[in-house]
Amino acid sequence: MIRAEGLSFRVGEISLVESAHMGVTKGEVVALLGPNGAGKSTLLKLLCGQLSPNEGQVFFENKPLAEWEPRELARRRAVLPQSSTVPFDFTALEIVLLGRSPHGDASRCEDMAREAMAQTECAHLAERIVTSLSGGEMQRVQLARVLVQIDWAVEGSPRCLMLDEPISNLDPGHQHGALRVAAKLAEKGVGVLVVLHDLNLAAQYADRLLLMKQGRIVVEGTPAEVITEEQIGAVFDIRVKVIRNPTCDAPAVFVESSV
Amino acid sequence: MSRLRRGRVAVLAALVVALAGTAVISLCIGAVQIPLSDVWAALIGQAGEARYESVLWNLRIPRMLLGFMVGGALAAAGGLMQGLFRNPLADPALIGASSGGALGAVFVIVMAGTFFPDLPLLSDLRILPLASFAGALIVTWLVQRLAATGGYTAVATLLLVGVAVNALTGAMIGFATYLADDAQLRTLSFWTLGSLGAADWQVVSLAAPFCLALIFLAPIWATVLNALALGEAEAGHLGFRVERTKAILIVLTAAGVGASVAFTGIILFVGLVVPHLIRAMIGPDHRWLLPGSALLGAILLVLSDTLARTIVSPAELPIGILTAGFGAPFFLYMLLRQRRKALWT
Repeated sequence: MIRAEGLSFRVGEISLVESAHMGVTKGEVVALLGPNGAGKSTLLKLLCGQLSPNEGQVFFENKPLAEWEPRELARRRAVLPQSSTVPFDFTALEIVLLGRSPHGDASRCEDMAREAMAQTECAHLAERIVTSLSGGEMQRVQLARVLVQIDWAVEGSPRCLMLDEPISNLDPGHQHGALRVAAKLAEKGVGVLVVLHDLNLAAQYADRLLLMKQGRIVVEGTPAEVITEEQIGAVFDIRVKVIRNPTCDAPAVFVESSV
Repeated sequence: MSRLRRGRVAVLAALVVALAGTAVISLCIGAVQIPLSDVWAALIGQAGEARYESVLWNLRIPRMLLGFMVGGALAAAGGLMQGLFRNPLADPALIGASSGGALGAVFVIVMAGTFFPDLPLLSDLRILPLASFAGALIVTWLVQRLAATGGYTAVATLLLVGVAVNALTGAMIGFATYLADDAQLRTLSFWTLGSLGAADWQVVSLAAPFCLALIFLAPIWATVLNALALGEAEAGHLGFRVERTKAILIVLTAAGVGASVAFTGIILFVGLVVPHLIRAMIGPDHRWLLPGSALLGAILLVLSDTLARTIVSPAELPIGILTAGFGAPFFLYMLLRQRRKALWT
């Protein structure tokens, strides 16, 4: 679905992403992990076309990203960048309905928008002015917006969702809620790529993990393959213990307090 | 949602009615009071009193039309720029259109008069609006050029470059003021304070294509402006060609505002205040905001002009004094309210 070949991105002498090869296929959740400044957000921006790579190419459905007509692409692929502010007093419902812009049917999609807001646990905020929402509330509204953009209710047809730290402002309950929504989308065939910081949440909800360090993808595989004491310790420069998450099959990471 | 939509339709309908009312008031009132029946007779082509007819057709009607167009264009440009720059305090003057226009006019009034007094072309008054229009376009183009890096225009940079260019323009106008003789100075100051006094049918026909293009074409990009509220990258991810839209809208604004400044001088605050008023009434959706702003801008400018040419009659007050006098306190009030709002949340 999404394929990146040999992506490199440099700003002056500094290399932010170095020869990255990766892909997201239909129906899987891929989590992108790594320490601050590892290049996760930059890689996501390259993959969604917001930045152009110095080397390499990105393909969506085997067609180079640049050859896609923007509107056609937007009907199949939604991107949620890290939170930005909205300068005007739109209501939350109006913001969610903006997700239907590439389809041109916002005026007929109010029910869909409310249903998506129910899924992301913000239906009660529909009539609120967005400038009065908290960071976590806004994040759930924005998630509902990208859901309606790729029409979460429909199965089949190649679709993709890219999320850059979508749960950074959410409480634990809503964090799990948001990732459950992503996992449910994947079950319907959507390819999901999500930048996360919480290793345990990533292990619990992602099918595959990519670990980045200093601009390179250093480890890739299932949560069980990636989350080992050696690999996590080396990438994040910490000493950790890995046990089995008592609530599910996934590995769980605990960091030692003394280094 | 549907209730909200009915509210919007009602507000726009009320504005259309108010526009018609404004037209009647501005035609009747002035140094010569013309009875409504004579205005009506003149409009439908019946023979009325000849002196009224002459005042209406040669003075008041073109002046009213110019006021409607310039007010509508300035207010629509304000709403458009605020959406484009994602900043509710943005203003067409920000991208250099107004100061560029002023610079063009000042250049002709003083520089040319001082250094090339022999060129007959420059003493022709019609050259003034043209120079002002050219100045607006050049400065706007320059601001755009300076702010664009690698084919991508960062809004913050655009705003900062706009500030710098405005300062430079201000300095050059100041210099011109210093050089000017007494007669030039009077033209200069009257012109920089704004007035609809230059209105005649020729001016109306010259301004119309630019102003009407801005007023009627801008709503085409309303949905892009709505998406831009989410952010530039976000609007791009929703399938909009953001860079192309920005270029089109900036040219459209420069043309509309440049033409307005050219024929009426700098009229401040209409572009800033009117979209705020409309947003408070019907919300920030640009599909309604842009037409609503154009209507209210047209109404307010023509009402201000009617006031400007009657309160010190038979003399005229520059209209910029009125709009700034009412607009600036309102702007301060908006700032205070916004600050208080930010403190509460």
